[in-house]
Amino acid sequence: MSLYFAQIRREALLASRSRSDAATPLAFFALAVVLLGLGTGADAPPPAALGMIWVLALFANVLAVDGAFVHDHDDGTLEQLLIHARPRFAAVLGKLTAHWALSGLPVAVCSPLAAYLLTGATTGAGTLAASLLLGTPALTLIGAIGAALTTGIGRGGLLLAILVMPLYVPVLIFGASASVAAATGGDASFALRWLAVLLAAAITAAPFAIGKALDIGQDY
Amino acid sequence: MGWITETFHKAGSPRWFFAGSKRWMIGLYATGALLVVTGSIWGLGFVPPERYQADSFRILFVHAPAAHLAEAIYVAIAVAGLVFLVWRMKMADLFIAAAAPIGMAITAVALATGIIWGMPTWGTGWVWDARTTSTLLLLFLFFGLIALRGAIPRPERAALAVSLLAVVGVVNIPIIKYSVTWFTTLHQGPSIEIGKRPAIAAVFLWPLGLNALGYYCFVAGAIVAALRMRIVEREAGTGWVREWLDGMPRP
Repeated sequence: MSLYFAQIRREALLASRSRSDAATPLAFFALAVVLLGLGTGADAPPPAALGMIWVLALFANVLAVDGAFVHDHDDGTLEQLLIHARPRFAAVLGKLTAHWALSGLPVAVCSPLAAYLLTGATTGAGTLAASLLLGTPALTLIGAIGAALTTGIGRGGLLLAILVMPLYVPVLIFGASASVAAATGGDASFALRWLAVLLAAAITAAPFAIGKALDIGQDY
Repeated sequence: MGWITETFHKAGSPRWFFAGSKRWMIGLYATGALLVVTGSIWGLGFVPPERYQADSFRILFVHAPAAHLAEAIYVAIAVAGLVFLVWRMKMADLFIAAAAPIGMAITAVALATGIIWGMPTWGTGWVWDARTTSTLLLLFLFFGLIALRGAIPRPERAALAVSLLAVVGVVNIPIIKYSVTWFTTLHQGPSIEIGKRPAIAAVFLWPLGLNALGYYCFVAGAIVAALRMRIVEREAGTGWVREWLDGMPRP
């Protein structure tokens, strides 16, 4: 547990020293919503708009997770972490919790505002935020497997997106269907529960795969 | 029990596989071609038209084996990935390298024939239902394996990364399938399940079985051929490959 919180503290300290870095995922999401609003003329039907917000949040997640290990890889911290951190599970999870708190969390919190901007109403906005709160940490964990594999290559970006976006599909389906159900007056609880299941599974299994992937990605 | 471990070790040696596989390749190609030709002539020429779909159902004899094979290849790749991660068998990695492009091609065949079949019978070429979507994603999973291998310069490091990705991907296939099932599914349910009486008439079943078996043989032959090429490529520096190359007729 102490390793877990130590990682979170370290990441929080690093983020507080370079604030603009920490704000980029949210800025990207906001800008993407603006572009979507301009592109669709701001009168998209609510179900479609909520689904599109989910896709934008997913894109923001891919772009953010690409950088999850870059700094630590470049200055050698990651190597030390892999040598010393026991259990590695806790260290990886702590690192990604902090990463999510700066990428997925602000996006989820601001998503009702995005829904209001695009649809002019707040129907389903609460469910949208709840589904993103459950869904984005799962996306971060799944995406980090790919990020761990591609960080050492030095040019992740598009390659990472191709590797992990097929794996993002289940989360997107349940997240978007929960939001759409809420916007059309349906029952969202079924899809939300499935999101929680996916999140629990990702927390349990993904850190092992990430640890292995970091090992592999250390010396390309 | 001794011969099991012996075969296991032998199969792990590229040199041994290369020496013994030419006969296998020819045999698989020939059996596959024979079965596919027989099954296709039977299915296209002699099976009566289906009651509702008339003649358009005949693409089934290409579509169903391809779709089945696409998934089977991915699962085989994932098993090879696990084998490589655990035992570091060189042949397992070479198998992944050889099978991924073939799997991608078969997936493309399954998708294309599905679209052609869907247009007259469903009234639309594409729907976002469970099977079509997961097959499309399978195409991207295959592409991801190929792209990741291409991006990593050292083959032995690429092997580890690709193996891990294959294993992670196979865990996701059932989840993807179940998650997409919540969309209204237009695709018909499975007609042939193990342990159940097939919901498909016997006249259709025989040519379908022949074709499916033929596809398996033919693709296995293609994978063996691709494997042989990969072996020569990867082992290019070793003595036995040079000897083999010296024995080849010069152009």
